[in-house]
Amino acid sequence: MSLGVFRRGIMLFDQILQYVLSGISTGAIYALIGIGFSIIYNATGIINFAQGEFVMLGGMFTLFFLETAKLPIWAAAPTAILASTVIGLLFERLAIRPLKHPTPINLVIITIGGSILIRGLSMLVWGKDTHSLPPFSGENPIHIYGATILPQHLWIICITAVIIVLNKFYFYHTISGKAMRACSYNRRAAGLVGIDVRRMVLFSFIISSGMGAVAGIIVAPLTMTAYDVGVMLGLKGFCAAILGGMSSGITTVVGGLILGVLESLGAGLISSGYKDAIAFIILLLILFVRPQGLFGKADSERV
Amino acid sequence: MKSELIKFLFFSTIILLIPFVIGDGYLLNVMVFVGIHTMLAVALNLLLGYAGQISLGHAGFFGMGAYLSAILTTTYGFNPWFVMPAAAVIVGTLAFIIGLPILKLKGHYLAMATLGLGIIFYITFNESVEMTGGPSGFSSIPNLKIGSFVFDSDLKNYYLIWLFTLIIVLLAVNLASSRIGRALRAVHDSEVAARVAGVNSRLLKVQIFAMSAVVSSIAGSLYAHTMTFISPASFGFNFSVELLTMVVIGGLASVYGSFLGAALLTLLPEFLRAAHDYDIIIYGALLVVMVMFMPGGLVRGIPDLYRKIILRKGAVDNA
Amino acid sequence: MNKILMSLLLITVMLAGCTKKSDGPIKIGALFAVTGPAAFLGEPERNTAQMVIDDINKSGGIKGRKLELIAYDTAGDATKAVQLATKLIKDDKVVAIIGPSTTGESMAVIPVVEKEKVPMISCSAGIKITDPVKKWVFKTAQNDTLAVGRIYEYLQKHKQSKVSILSVSDGFGASGREQLKSQAAAFGITILSDETYGPKDTDMTTQLTKVRGLNPDAIICWGTNPGPAVVAKNASQLGIKTPLYMSHGVSSKKFIELAGEAAEGIRLPSGKVIVAETLPASDPQKQSLISFVNEYKKKYKVEGDHFGGHAWDAVMLLKGAIEAGATSADAIRNQLEQTKQFHGIGGTFSYSDKDHAGLGQDAFVLVEVKKNNWALVQ
Repeated sequence: MSLGVFRRGIMLFDQILQYVLSGISTGAIYALIGIGFSIIYNATGIINFAQGEFVMLGGMFTLFFLETAKLPIWAAAPTAILASTVIGLLFERLAIRPLKHPTPINLVIITIGGSILIRGLSMLVWGKDTHSLPPFSGENPIHIYGATILPQHLWIICITAVIIVLNKFYFYHTISGKAMRACSYNRRAAGLVGIDVRRMVLFSFIISSGMGAVAGIIVAPLTMTAYDVGVMLGLKGFCAAILGGMSSGITTVVGGLILGVLESLGAGLISSGYKDAIAFIILLLILFVRPQGLFGKADSERV
Repeated sequence: MKSELIKFLFFSTIILLIPFVIGDGYLLNVMVFVGIHTMLAVALNLLLGYAGQISLGHAGFFGMGAYLSAILTTTYGFNPWFVMPAAAVIVGTLAFIIGLPILKLKGHYLAMATLGLGIIFYITFNESVEMTGGPSGFSSIPNLKIGSFVFDSDLKNYYLIWLFTLIIVLLAVNLASSRIGRALRAVHDSEVAARVAGVNSRLLKVQIFAMSAVVSSIAGSLYAHTMTFISPASFGFNFSVELLTMVVIGGLASVYGSFLGAALLTLLPEFLRAAHDYDIIIYGALLVVMVMFMPGGLVRGIPDLYRKIILRKGAVDNA
Repeated sequence: MNKILMSLLLITVMLAGCTKKSDGPIKIGALFAVTGPAAFLGEPERNTAQMVIDDINKSGGIKGRKLELIAYDTAGDATKAVQLATKLIKDDKVVAIIGPSTTGESMAVIPVVEKEKVPMISCSAGIKITDPVKKWVFKTAQNDTLAVGRIYEYLQKHKQSKVSILSVSDGFGASGREQLKSQAAAFGITILSDETYGPKDTDMTTQLTKVRGLNPDAIICWGTNPGPAVVAKNASQLGIKTPLYMSHGVSSKKFIELAGEAAEGIRLPSGKVIVAETLPASDPQKQSLISFVNEYKKKYKVEGDHFGGHAWDAVMLLKGAIEAGATSADAIRNQLEQTKQFHGIGGTFSYSDKDHAGLGQDAFVLVEVKKNNWALVQ
């Protein structure tokens, strides 16, 4: 009797461990996308609803360069990142910068419109099919106690970590990074000390779209890619950013991981059908109770 | 006020005469949907254009009204004329309760929160298969009827729906030019200043949120009885974006602008039918272009354009 | 002399006038979900319908009259389907409608065609479309019941009775799930668990982990690409050895391409089209199948598939009705109802006034993925 309970306990532990591990790797992706949101928000005050589309572009461009241009993966991926970044640049130049009345409503609408446009063009150019990308280093599962992950999951976690470190370095130890931070604290003052605010806006879009593309490339071998994978990923990434208080550092990463794990546990222990609802309920709770995120300080608004 | 009344009577007359002009064909069927969309757009405009609060989840209230009507009349056999207002009250109360915490948020945060809310509604419709039929949809919803007169043709539904829509338009126009309308616009411009001036901005925002939910619910009930079949797909994020587009393109804070936006967006796919793969692009491009070049919507942009190009005068400053 | 010439002229003019009248094309309407989430259904269906109608016209039409296909894209949206059905009937004056592609849209359009009295041949699988029978509604896609029956039959034969279900939360998955649950008892099957996943979900390890813990004899996954491919890969990652069964929604080469090595050994019920080559020569459908597959490949560069086949059957069924002399909506409906033993792509069709789905158990065969290709299971 007690052995049965013991065995079931072990099985439950295995299951929970699997949920947690799966959640961590999805969470890492959410974190990367969330950081992309935060960077643009911090430099410009804009929430870029099209962020998810850059994730999609990363995967789709890589596929294009791999199959149509026949480049090897180590050339296709960086070229794809470059291509996505160019799209990000064009987006900022053509849609954001010329905006005469940058009210939140207008910005929300224009970024939604932009995301629809990018999605539609991708559908036209590449079709509606789903495509798979080859994983970076094979598909043999790695066993950790009773749970398994794939090598690709490790790639995701490592690359995310590298990007966080690079981010930290850029924002705290380079002139342009510090200039961008200055813009996020106080745009006017930054402009007064000679920082080209408009260029900072452009940089923020470039960096975010690049990061989004990287996220798309590392997750595509697991989740396959198609013209419409950006929508949900973008939304979840935004949740992660809110949880982390819209910072471009470690708190958003933690936010993403928490979101991924909670989502996974919810789906496993409560109900798989309502999995997405769980993520959004978490979002609503955070927005209601602690809109500055789990770790941020309360915002004050100038009137 | 008198000029508003004249405008309304003119508008109503045209609407009532349209079936005689276009006959009983496909176009009439589309105009029925224009009626429903106008109701929804006007409701959203009150919240978005006048009070300045973004909602990306209004399709959820539309869906709630539709499902409540569908389930209570088909599965439980209640009288549709009784269910429709009951559903509206339920949805309105729900919206009020949710509105209290949600409207503390502003700008992007409010947008995201309402987006999440809409998605939660959609998932609920999709997953509660026993009640709603789930993704396969809910069929055999009865048509509305008065005695033995059944609303089962496009012509009859056209007048039924537009009757409701015209009432809503009248109420909205009335509201906009009343004291409440001014209070709403004060909240839109600067909430703190409004509060200083004695407007209970928080309560007002929640009230408008609830009211627009009530109207959306009524539109949902009418939709259910007209189509006799509903499925969650019509009540998702895509439709919320479509509604938003209607309001923006038509013109924020303009009731007739909402009609223009609704009509345009419902009729446009008809003209783009030849290029059906491209319509999603044109959609997104429209959004971007409208916001960049005509942020006041068509209802202000076209007269402006006329003045600038034809009359070669400067643009009139619309407050 | 002049009088003869005059009368000859008059007769010629009259004849010219007469032939002009009977030259008007027969208008056939179609509603396909060419864009949107069901595009994998609508696009091959529209392509196939156009291809077959072009062929018919190239060989002179039917009794001298050409066919005109008026196809609209519903984007998988039930509201649009209803609007466009009204347009086809009232504005374009079609005599029959092919489609829609999905069950949801079909259910929405049914009241319209019933009211306007125009026959409709749906290309979607939901059993509710023709059960109960509606006077003006037919379908060519096989019922989910038949697909589920095939799997359960096989399981029963191999004494496997404990099953876990994993279905996608859209119309196709919901319908399959309903059938899996309702037919379980008849085949002695016990359902251990009933999980769902969203159409855009990219990771099903959570659901599969739960399932693995219950130790079923078989896992049945009901969905359309890319979901089941992810399920297959996840199952392989988690080291699940339980046999995996899929639905006919993924009976395409695309599934094998997406799932890669994880697809090996997966079984599913399928229309005969994907194993057309390997069928015995005695199979009555083989000829139609092979000509369809090859012709589609020649024209559209990919192989004709299961879904395009639904449209092929619909057009050919209409052709049969028109050849028998029917040219009005009413007559076509009556003729359709009398179709017997038509060997199409989806199966052999025999309609009656009590059966507007027309197919039997032979519509599905069980296939297995062997060495990256489909093979018949004996």
